[in-house]
Amino acid sequence: MRSRLGAFYVAVLMLLLVLPLVVVGGVSLNGGQNLRFPPQDASFRWYGELFRAADWTGPLRNSLVIAAVAALIAVAVALPLALHAWGRGGALSRVLYTLGVAPFMLPPVITALGFLVFWVALGMYGQMAATILSHGIFLVTLPLVTTSLGLQGIDPALLEAARTMGATRGQVLRTVVLPLALPYIISGYAFAFVLSLNEYIIAYMVAGFTVETLPIKIFNSLRYGYSPIMGVVSVLFVGLAILVYGAIGIFGNLPRLLGAEQVREG
Amino acid sequence: MSGRDAATPTWLGLIPGVVLAALFLVPFGIMLAVSVALRDPSGSGFYTWGFELQSYARVFTFFVGRILFVSMTIAAGAAVISVALALPFTVILAQMSRRAQTVILVILLSVLSLSEVIIGFSVSTLLSQTAGVGNLLALLRITEQPRAYTPSLFALMTGLCYLTFPYSVLVLYPPVARLDPELVEASRTMGASPLRTFFGVTVPLLRAPILGALILVFVFALGSYLLPQVLGRPEHWTLSVHITDQAVYQSNLPFAAAMAVVLLLAALALVGLALLVARERRAA
Repeated sequence: MRSRLGAFYVAVLMLLLVLPLVVVGGVSLNGGQNLRFPPQDASFRWYGELFRAADWTGPLRNSLVIAAVAALIAVAVALPLALHAWGRGGALSRVLYTLGVAPFMLPPVITALGFLVFWVALGMYGQMAATILSHGIFLVTLPLVTTSLGLQGIDPALLEAARTMGATRGQVLRTVVLPLALPYIISGYAFAFVLSLNEYIIAYMVAGFTVETLPIKIFNSLRYGYSPIMGVVSVLFVGLAILVYGAIGIFGNLPRLLGAEQVREG
Repeated sequence: MSGRDAATPTWLGLIPGVVLAALFLVPFGIMLAVSVALRDPSGSGFYTWGFELQSYARVFTFFVGRILFVSMTIAAGAAVISVALALPFTVILAQMSRRAQTVILVILLSVLSLSEVIIGFSVSTLLSQTAGVGNLLALLRITEQPRAYTPSLFALMTGLCYLTFPYSVLVLYPPVARLDPELVEASRTMGASPLRTFFGVTVPLLRAPILGALILVFVFALGSYLLPQVLGRPEHWTLSVHITDQAVYQSNLPFAAAMAVVLLLAALALVGLALLVARERRAA
């Protein structure tokens, strides 16, 4: 179906996908405290407000700290797991790998409730550390998948050569394996960062009343009065996601990362 | 590979093993224990440890049965619509140049990682009285007055399809991209129209991945938690919403945990089925 009709079909669906985001972008430019489209008295006023208004800077800071640290934890767990599964295989690796991928395939409310009762039992319910650790574990899947993909792409002849020339196991890992896998590890970190920023239900159930993140703040605002700031946050989140995935697309091979084996060049 | 020659030291596997067991399996264990715990009748504290099946008995009542039915119908509807839209989309996408594919994949990934809150907010704005569709229809004189189309079942289904469409494409993408292009070429050379090739060659070849995608998208839609609250009416609330409601607002953790365990078993069974379908295809 490489027909004109096919291209038209893809274009229409992409347009529908982008449409709500365009409206939200327009809404964020309203001068007053209303959500009109097309915007009235267009200005960038609310963009400044996000970084000034005290009730939004708190959630903004919370979200950034949680996402940055949680993504780091996710990589710290995923990297040794991916290396172990790659270097040794075996039943244990498969079990661990399934555990690492599982939270992502299940309805997130289950994981969220599991973390809720866990942190209540530990007496850490409502603390930011609980949100960070929960996100870190929940997001292990992403760096795990990307890193595994990177490791599988390493030519075994390179490892053989390094070993033959007398490099120890640690040296091979440090000087050959890790540098080759690094772009995939960074991709995994970026994926996890973006998703942590957008995650709602776990953050809400683990510490929703004390540690407000941006999604929680938006949802609360949806109930108690709309403001163009919600549009501003949406625009920034979309922009950040496009930036991250765009960078991966430019410097890496996104089709391969997502499971295509061969793609027509051009 | 024997232990000494393996590329990684043994202790390396211990780090993720311990962390995942402590922070993933233990919470699930506690959740299981809570689901059979005794609820404090005064409603002040949450629960005391013990063993009773009262919470499970409540799960299998008409009240929960209806919620489960509503959740599953809504999720199944969204899964069927999304996969039906995504299948031809993915087939065409996989034939595009690498550059075009990358651009579209970047947009799909960006939409996919958007918070459900933001999707709910965007769709409700689009369907609201003051922005988007309501305004447009009034401007075109199709309706007298701008009106809101949210909250409603239509708004909820729109939001869910918006949420699940990129996911459907990404689930279908690997099997579609691995499809042998020569089969399609052969069908075209022999004079079949593109549409006939699609339904006569591509779809039958992809039967197993399509079934797998339907199940995975169904589970994904089942997990939607915010859209039913933002775009739907209370009667459209899904099991995910009720679990949170019981846990956070009704302070009935045992009942919430029992519902979550039932949802977990259902989801595990479905995901297992999807993986089985995928494996059978590879073996065939």
